[in-house]
Amino acid sequence: MTRPLLSRIAETLYWIGRYIERADDTARILDVSAHRMLDEPETCRSICATLGILQPEPLSATMMIRRLAYDLDEPASIAASVRAARDSARGVREVISSEAWECLNVTWHQLRRLPTVAPHGYLAFVRERAALFFGLADATMSRDDCWRFIVLGRSLERVDMTTRLLAVHLPGDRRLLLQASGADESFTRTHGAHADHALEFLLLDNLFPRSVLYSLLTAEKCLQALTPARVRAGVADPALAAIGRVRTGLQYTDLAQLQDRVPELLVTLQEACASACEAIGERFFQQREELAWVGA
Amino acid sequence: MADIFDAYSLGSESWDEMFERPGIPRPQYQALFAALQPLGVDELRSRADQLARMFTDRGVTFDYAGEERPFPLDLIPRVIDAAEWDLVVRGVRQRIRALEAFLDDVYGPRQVFRDGVMPWQLLHSSPHYHRVAHGWRPPNGVRVHVGGIDLIRDEQGALCVLEDNVRTPSGVSYVLENRLAMARTLPSLFAEQFVRPVEEYPARLLAALRKAAPAGVTDPTVVVLTPGVYNAAYFEHALLARLMGVELVEGRDLICEGNRISMITTYGRRPVHVVYRRIDDDYLDPLHFRGDSVLGCPGLVNAARAGNVTISNGVGNGVADDKLVYTYVPELIGYYLGEEPLLRNVETYRLDNPDMRDWALESAAELVLKPVDGAGGKGIVIGPMATAGQLASVRQAVRDHPRGWIAQRPVMLSTSPTWIGERPVPRHIDLRPFAVNDGDDVWLLPGGLTRVALPEGELVVNSSRGGGSKDTWVLGNTHAPMASVTAPPVAQWSPSRVAAGTEEQ
Repeated sequence: MTRPLLSRIAETLYWIGRYIERADDTARILDVSAHRMLDEPETCRSICATLGILQPEPLSATMMIRRLAYDLDEPASIAASVRAARDSARGVREVISSEAWECLNVTWHQLRRLPTVAPHGYLAFVRERAALFFGLADATMSRDDCWRFIVLGRSLERVDMTTRLLAVHLPGDRRLLLQASGADESFTRTHGAHADHALEFLLLDNLFPRSVLYSLLTAEKCLQALTPARVRAGVADPALAAIGRVRTGLQYTDLAQLQDRVPELLVTLQEACASACEAIGERFFQQREELAWVGA
Repeated sequence: MADIFDAYSLGSESWDEMFERPGIPRPQYQALFAALQPLGVDELRSRADQLARMFTDRGVTFDYAGEERPFPLDLIPRVIDAAEWDLVVRGVRQRIRALEAFLDDVYGPRQVFRDGVMPWQLLHSSPHYHRVAHGWRPPNGVRVHVGGIDLIRDEQGALCVLEDNVRTPSGVSYVLENRLAMARTLPSLFAEQFVRPVEEYPARLLAALRKAAPAGVTDPTVVVLTPGVYNAAYFEHALLARLMGVELVEGRDLICEGNRISMITTYGRRPVHVVYRRIDDDYLDPLHFRGDSVLGCPGLVNAARAGNVTISNGVGNGVADDKLVYTYVPELIGYYLGEEPLLRNVETYRLDNPDMRDWALESAAELVLKPVDGAGGKGIVIGPMATAGQLASVRQAVRDHPRGWIAQRPVMLSTSPTWIGERPVPRHIDLRPFAVNDGDDVWLLPGGLTRVALPEGELVVNSSRGGGSKDTWVLGNTHAPMASVTAPPVAQWSPSRVAAGTEEQ
């Protein structure tokens, strides 16, 4: 039997999953784009757009990396995400495994010393540490609600980041998209050297763990385990319903029309993500509004 | 090879824990001395760095002025032999029993005041006496579930009690982490002799807390209540919750309804029966104490008074670790237990008597002046080391509020070799043994926390004054009883493809 989890802790775990996935995804995007940014100022703008940063004037490539990777005052930066994950983990270290906590703590301490390292080394380090954290969580934590909230956060963040990436780079280079998602080799082994099926692969592949469909299915599994079904018909949990609906819509899309339907699909996905997050917050993380006391 | 202890100079004023005379270790230190000696300076320095890094990585920190700092662990352990430890166990147990009896009396019949053993005035002027606790007897009668009694060794080598902590004594997490770090960094030191293990503590604490549960609750839910990540001892709260396998809650995770306490979980509200709180009384419950506190849980005290939840340590315990009450503890031991104190107090003067006060103010430069409710070394003025300005202001403070101060003979705390930079040098240390009272027995964690003042000559060992700690070894009577359990024989099997292949054929 799984043990009930404090709402505050569930929320923190969910955000640790999101922060680390965000740091990982941002590092991937920056890494594959770094060399392009030098000769294409457009790339900078689209990356900012991907990460939801409003950018009034164009930034140089160096400035851009500095801001998105190292800058602690930029909330979307890698450094800020890692710090947020580590500070959150510090508040829940009694429920995560000490190895997972130590991983985040060491990552943060080392990251603070790294700003002098060239971007490629820095970004590679972030990706490795993110993989290490999720690996340790997988290897050392029971498959209970603690672990599910971390995975839930990671899956939803992955859907969110991948759809943003696709939305911004839709007209652009397909190879870059694949590289940024770590899907390059996996794709080539499946579809050959031709990048035609890249969108299909990133959105709909059944086997690739970073595809949108795969991430949605993972999130659904977590939510199903978190809220055992008690109703005969329909889905009682609004978060599960939102994700399930958009997942089925995506899964049963006619592949022949995929190319045309992508922009519309991406919008739906973003909306579903947002409403799922909101529903999760209401369902699990609900805290009382203020200190309350009901008398005897 | 030069001996690392060659240049170690013994102070003339203090008792040295390790050395009898230069180069001659005391009996309990001989094995350690022999194990440390062959390691050269370079080796020890790299081990010291390794220890420091391990603490940073594991996040063994305390918060000081809003900053997370690792709690420095010294390389050279402190050793206590079995006979002396036995005295500490009996002495601390006796003291805890006397303080429990005193608290039971203070919040009950108050016989100790009626009999004139202690003046009434002391009760009425105590800032930590809480009327709400009057007539409230906790389920199994225990108020001091965890006690920390600070001991020091004086110039003649005798252990004496410096102060009692029966509110929320902290530091036990460092005892557990120190042992872990030492065993990983210098495993060879443990090979020579049997050092009594410390890892039993969380299980003992949990058992004591469960036994303190309200009557009729067969499977109590225990939680650790923390003020949150910004508290100096947050690391400890998290560690204890993790090692006991219970929830670490903040005030906002708890809710009181109908005098019952529950925690808010993803499956709704779950009842809570025992709250091991690491929040001071003042912040525990805004309905009874500070109304502006957002750290506690409104209604918690009423729920506990109604017998639906146990608060540990008890509310109002502060009256017993008031340093003016400390001066009476030897009498209390006689009064309640009919025993002679096994551990004596440091020579202390009460300043409520005008003659005594005048004398103490005159001799302030030769005394230690301490606020009666200061924790963490706050406000202490050590006469021989104080400036004229400090002395003048403490004299004024004592005149303004004599009840708030005591004076003590300065004790040169014993020294222990401590690794600073390149070599061991003498530094002052104290000892805080931890006692867990489950109602039937007072159990002591073997060893406790040895704090060391890292600056030269410093006598205040608190972490807030740049203190560190040492792994504290209590030697066992017998040699290595742990090794008597032999592992069952393991079947021969090697995970190679060849082996698997041949089996299949």
